[in-house]
Amino acid sequence: MKSAVIVFPGSNRDRDVAAALEAATGRDPTFVWHADTELPDVDLVVMPGGFSYGDYLRSGAIAARAGVIPAVTEHHRRGGYVLGICNGFQILTEAGFLPGALMRNAGLRFVCRKVKLSVERTDTAFTSAYEDGQVIPCPVAHHDGNYFADPETLARVEGNGQVIFRYADGTNPNGSVNDIAGITDETGRILGMMPHPENLIASHQGGTEGLGLFASLAGAVSEPA
Amino acid sequence: MRARVTVTLKQGVLDPQGKAIEGALKGLGFGGVNAARQGKVIDLDLAESDPERARAEVAAMCEALLANTVIESYAIELE
Repeated sequence: MKSAVIVFPGSNRDRDVAAALEAATGRDPTFVWHADTELPDVDLVVMPGGFSYGDYLRSGAIAARAGVIPAVTEHHRRGGYVLGICNGFQILTEAGFLPGALMRNAGLRFVCRKVKLSVERTDTAFTSAYEDGQVIPCPVAHHDGNYFADPETLARVEGNGQVIFRYADGTNPNGSVNDIAGITDETGRILGMMPHPENLIASHQGGTEGLGLFASLAGAVSEPA
Repeated sequence: MRARVTVTLKQGVLDPQGKAIEGALKGLGFGGVNAARQGKVIDLDLAESDPERARAEVAAMCEALLANTVIESYAIELE
């Protein structure tokens, strides 16, 4: 699987997600500067975690208007996959790739801890390596992770089965509606999630449960020999 | 001309910061506050001098960037 990681001013998990992609696919991703208007030929585009533009105006708002965004739209239109983690999820909602919005945590505090995530679906390109009903630990680190959508949008997202990850066992760290931690778009090829699976890929990080997401993607993309 | 954009969370959208302000005011003994909502103000100095065109231009800015209309509404004042 060939992948690209978009680097914004203030991205800080770009190298982490690159390590996860390398571990799962054996290939290093290409780093793409946010102002570039073209993407290399890749299967997956990643919007990494961080604090693009210092979270000014709204988290992800300015990054969502970056020069590279039209190329990401085109990449998705051609059948490509897009993954946004943490600030990347915020950018994807701000850019209109995903419904809803990420608001200030209900407790008003920055949360940096490990939560439990229930894998709601295993028939997706992002989660096929997990087992039905599996609950995995995963780190979170954010101030604006409180997922919100108006009741109509929420009913549609739930009805379509677009909720892929939920906070489990009372570990919702931010007040997200319906314990939502990660959702896809209607095509199932764009995933946005607040937790950081890229930070749970080696035993020294306390576990390797995050690798499954990247392994799933690698499996979903069939590469010509 | 100058424009002032006021961005606030839509009614029905939980505003934890407003709630914290509300609680702090109550803590200070201001018992008459039924609710507090927090928003932001963005002041723009515009080259445009025609009010109608200026308003249309600022509305376009609000839709494109200044407000996230999923959760926020905006008001424009010109002076």
